[in-house]
Amino acid sequence: MNENLFTSFTTPTMMGLPVVVLIVMFPSILFPSPNRLINNRLVSLQQWLVQLTLKQMLITHNYKGQTWALMLMSLILFIGSTNLLGLLPHSFTPTTQLSMNLGMAIPLWAGTVITGFRHKTKASLAHFLPQGTPVPLIPMLVIIETISLFIQPVALAVRLTANITAGHLLMHLIGGAALALTNISAPTALITFIILILLTILEFAVALIQAYVFTLLVSLYLHDNT
Amino acid sequence: MASSIPVKEEKLMDVRLGQLSSWIMIQDFTPKGIPGAFQRGYYQYYNKCVYVKKGGVAGISMVLAAYMLFNYCCCYRELRHEQLCKHH
Repeated sequence: MNENLFTSFTTPTMMGLPVVVLIVMFPSILFPSPNRLINNRLVSLQQWLVQLTLKQMLITHNYKGQTWALMLMSLILFIGSTNLLGLLPHSFTPTTQLSMNLGMAIPLWAGTVITGFRHKTKASLAHFLPQGTPVPLIPMLVIIETISLFIQPVALAVRLTANITAGHLLMHLIGGAALALTNISAPTALITFIILILLTILEFAVALIQAYVFTLLVSLYLHDNT
Repeated sequence: MASSIPVKEEKLMDVRLGQLSSWIMIQDFTPKGIPGAFQRGYYQYYNKCVYVKKGGVAGISMVLAAYMLFNYCCCYRELRHEQLCKHH
């Protein structure tokens, strides 16, 4: 059973060819681009959702920050749709792979930091020392702030990986337990099944929330630096 | 009943079973032809089932069901051992 638990997290291959590329590109099919001024029901619904999220996300940014609108919206749509697709049975979730999340987090974080250092050098350097610190503590605090800066992309990636992986693992375990308990004791199996349903509802929420948190944090780092 | 369109230009759903092998052999397997076939297939499905005036959940559900089936085929090898039978 131990081996089976983690085989769903290995990158899928079919006859030696990596299918993972197709799986990563798959969510893009589910978001058709609007062709006309007034579209059909589905596309209008998607457009409305995207604009709602966009307004919510960009309201805190100035002009410079709002140039990142496309990037942030693509990010939240990609992570949200990938996480939700991962809840389908037998599917592979690319966001459970730390490599992929680091590949998203590090360039975005580095982009915000480099933007900050290029355009507002003094203010960016000033972030390393909070206002009102006592003089003896300054060296230590600068070191701590530097470490906290460099840990931001790692935290972004690991948060997403850990949340989605843990959720999937829990679902596997509780589902396996419910199945094994059907022969032993039916009421216990029923209770386990109800727990599984509640967990699935939680996982739907977590999928969307994690996408939102990731994008929000990137947007926050951007706001600090523009 | 003989069809007036040559076999090559018929869509896959219109090809008769007996003509299927000849249809496959005639198709364009160049690097330009295969993506073109996928693109045509995508737009045929999209315009028929998804991009309709009162679209519903059916169009996208079929895509998701096909995606699930595809993933099941990919991990069948690992799942074979979990079948509910007395002797594996």
